[in-house]
Amino acid sequence: MRWPDRLAGVIGALLLLAVLVPMGLMLWSLLEQGAGVISVDFLLDDPRQAGRAGGIAALLVSTGWILAVCLLVAAPMGLGCALYLSEQVPAGTRRAQWLGGTLDMLAAVPSIVYGLFGYQFFAISLGLGFSILSGGLALALMVLPLMIRSAEQALRAVPFSYRQAGEALSISRWGWVRRILIPQAAPGIAVGIILSIGRALAETAVLLFTAGYVLRRPDSLLDSGRALSVHIYDLAMNVPGGMPRAAATGLVLVAILVILNLLVRRWLHPAQGAWQ
Amino acid sequence: MITISSRFHADSLLTWLLRLTGAAAVLVLGGIIAVLLIQSAPFMLEHGSALWRNDWQPGQARYGMAAMIAGSIVVSVLALVIAGPVAVLLAAWLRYFAPSVRRPVLTLVELMAGIPSVVYGLWGMLVLVPWINRLAPPGASWLAASLVLALMILPLALLVTDTALGQLPARYLQAGQALSLSRVGMLRRVLLPQAGPAIVSGLVLQFGRALGETMAVLMVAGNVVRWPTSLFDPVRTLTANIAVEMAYATGDHRVALFASGLLLLLVTAVLLALSWRLRGERHEMA
Amino acid sequence: MIKLPVLVMALLALAGCGTREDSLVITGSSTIAPLMTELAERYEETTGVQVDVQSGGSGRGISDTRQGLADFGMVSRALKAEEGDLTAHLIGRDGIAMIVNALNPVTRLNDAQIVAIYTGEQQSWSAFGGNDAAINVVHKADGRSTQELFLEHFGLSNDRVKPDMVIGENQQGIKAVAGDVNAIGYVSIGTAIYEADAGAPLRLLPLSGVPATLEQVDQGHYPLSRELNLVSQGELSDAASEFLAFITDPGQAGIYHDYYFLPVSR
Repeated sequence: MRWPDRLAGVIGALLLLAVLVPMGLMLWSLLEQGAGVISVDFLLDDPRQAGRAGGIAALLVSTGWILAVCLLVAAPMGLGCALYLSEQVPAGTRRAQWLGGTLDMLAAVPSIVYGLFGYQFFAISLGLGFSILSGGLALALMVLPLMIRSAEQALRAVPFSYRQAGEALSISRWGWVRRILIPQAAPGIAVGIILSIGRALAETAVLLFTAGYVLRRPDSLLDSGRALSVHIYDLAMNVPGGMPRAAATGLVLVAILVILNLLVRRWLHPAQGAWQ
Repeated sequence: MITISSRFHADSLLTWLLRLTGAAAVLVLGGIIAVLLIQSAPFMLEHGSALWRNDWQPGQARYGMAAMIAGSIVVSVLALVIAGPVAVLLAAWLRYFAPSVRRPVLTLVELMAGIPSVVYGLWGMLVLVPWINRLAPPGASWLAASLVLALMILPLALLVTDTALGQLPARYLQAGQALSLSRVGMLRRVLLPQAGPAIVSGLVLQFGRALGETMAVLMVAGNVVRWPTSLFDPVRTLTANIAVEMAYATGDHRVALFASGLLLLLVTAVLLALSWRLRGERHEMA
Repeated sequence: MIKLPVLVMALLALAGCGTREDSLVITGSSTIAPLMTELAERYEETTGVQVDVQSGGSGRGISDTRQGLADFGMVSRALKAEEGDLTAHLIGRDGIAMIVNALNPVTRLNDAQIVAIYTGEQQSWSAFGGNDAAINVVHKADGRSTQELFLEHFGLSNDRVKPDMVIGENQQGIKAVAGDVNAIGYVSIGTAIYEADAGAPLRLLPLSGVPATLEQVDQGHYPLSRELNLVSQGELSDAASEFLAFITDPGQAGIYHDYYFLPVSR
């Protein structure tokens, strides 16, 4: 091997370390601070003393509700728009480009801008106030481009021969979409939904001024509710002595996200999943 | 494409529904722009030039955002300067020098990409800020913000670069081997230049992500409105400013924050257009 | 695809029949928020009326009340002339204390020294008999009443202050000072004593020679004291006035003392 190649090998290994070490440190510092707090009770108790004591049950409930609102809006809208793109807009046309550009733009919009919009539009203009509904809707808009793109990919992956077969049977368009297209693309669409859940769970800035941060179990969609990510922020920034529980909540959130990621892998590579 | 059938009603309903959802996507973007514009337009028309000054004193009705614009830029630029080369070199190394570890490393990197930005911020508060504080107080600083952002954008920057390299035709490699170039030489003269535009296009998007990030920066930057002069000085970015002050801003102050949101949106659009251009107008997301 | 309109309609229906009449929303001052949360819980236990409390600063309390997002705004200062559209309901009193880390050897600073620190003229603790270390100046964000009162007391304008860190909530200030031996900040007396009791390593410095205690605020000696108000716009709803009567009832005075505030009801 020539010397530049050997040098490159060393440099590459060092770079890999430069990435892995901070990551390892990150996990380690979370474990160091938070591992002692995590227990079954931590998951089942409501927070007390502004989160300094107790657990995160109320936050899991709020997070679940916000996520439910987000998905109820983003999944059908996303699937609809993906169907529109794959069924009614021929690729390469001007309309396809415009829509694609719009989606890219929506995906690039900073999340704090979704927060501003949600605050002004849902919380104030529509009068929903600081509520799970405001937060979930703002979040839905944020994950929409991701949802659309992954669903579109799944729909486009359905082989053309299926379409030809459908045409040969002179099946109606609605029948084709419902009986063949969507069932065929279902795993890919599911992956899109899981990816959207991951993105929504990781988001904080959108929720600060929409869902708010009331620390209790919500009774209705019009109650404010604090998501896990907002809880981490608040404990870390605003609660003296909140670090251990901030780290513990972070560990729980990361664990959920890792599980979602593994799920996606299983969907994408079912063959691998079989022997794992 | 599909022949007409007796279920005409369901079909035309479906067509319309789909068109509606397609329009909804456009409407969302239009709505965001409209809301930001409506909120900030009257103020900008009247005192637009005041926004570019360097004095942010909302208490005294002075809304110059120059220091925070600068803060946003320097923090993101440094993050990109740190993360960009690492991502490109590491991606190239994984693909051409250590293919056996590429899969597991990329799997790990994908996991990293999904970690919430608050968790990166939390790590910054727990580890990085105290560490910089020992070096040069106060700790919460431009450097801290850039390092946290660098770590945050690195995973996607790496994945994007890997994809860009993967799209190169195999004949480049073969041609290089035929010329008996060293692997480093091949990388430097053939592969990286060929994949360059796609890589840069991806990095531009990551720069946009850094500019738009709120939480991770908010938690470690110190948030003092000040022209950034030293790596160890605290800074405030536009995004952090919105998060810090939106909750209680009223009147012109509130309007100024909406104006900064609009500015962020504009910058994002410009970066996106730049990324498209580099990629040759192909509208594809990383 | 039939699902989409059904779901949207279900969501709208849920939004429509959400009952906001039997619940109250209170937002604003992070000084008052912990106390108000406790009062709200107690009120909820007694009456079943749900009260949501969110902090964010006095400015937010005023802004949310004006926009109808909150029934009451928590404002930890007197209302200003230009806020005449709102009605203030005095619920208690508090002061603002300078705080340093408990490990900081400096135990007193006069007003001129504090001004010198906040304007950046003095940048090392050694000038005041402390460690040879840079002072980490913690300042509050614009629009926070604690900041306005602090600036007013020391005759400072905000552009003269050279902070090393800008914070929002009171608790964030306490966290910053508790976590850094060389930091100095200023926060609500009540919040500071409460957090110090809970174990945060803090020292409250006397201001102009007057110890930062509730007694001094109560007797009117402490130079930087302030009102704690709930503000509202227009006519109070029945639910709102019942809540107000409840929290200003002498029976609740104990909770104010738990949080080291002076209740108005005595």
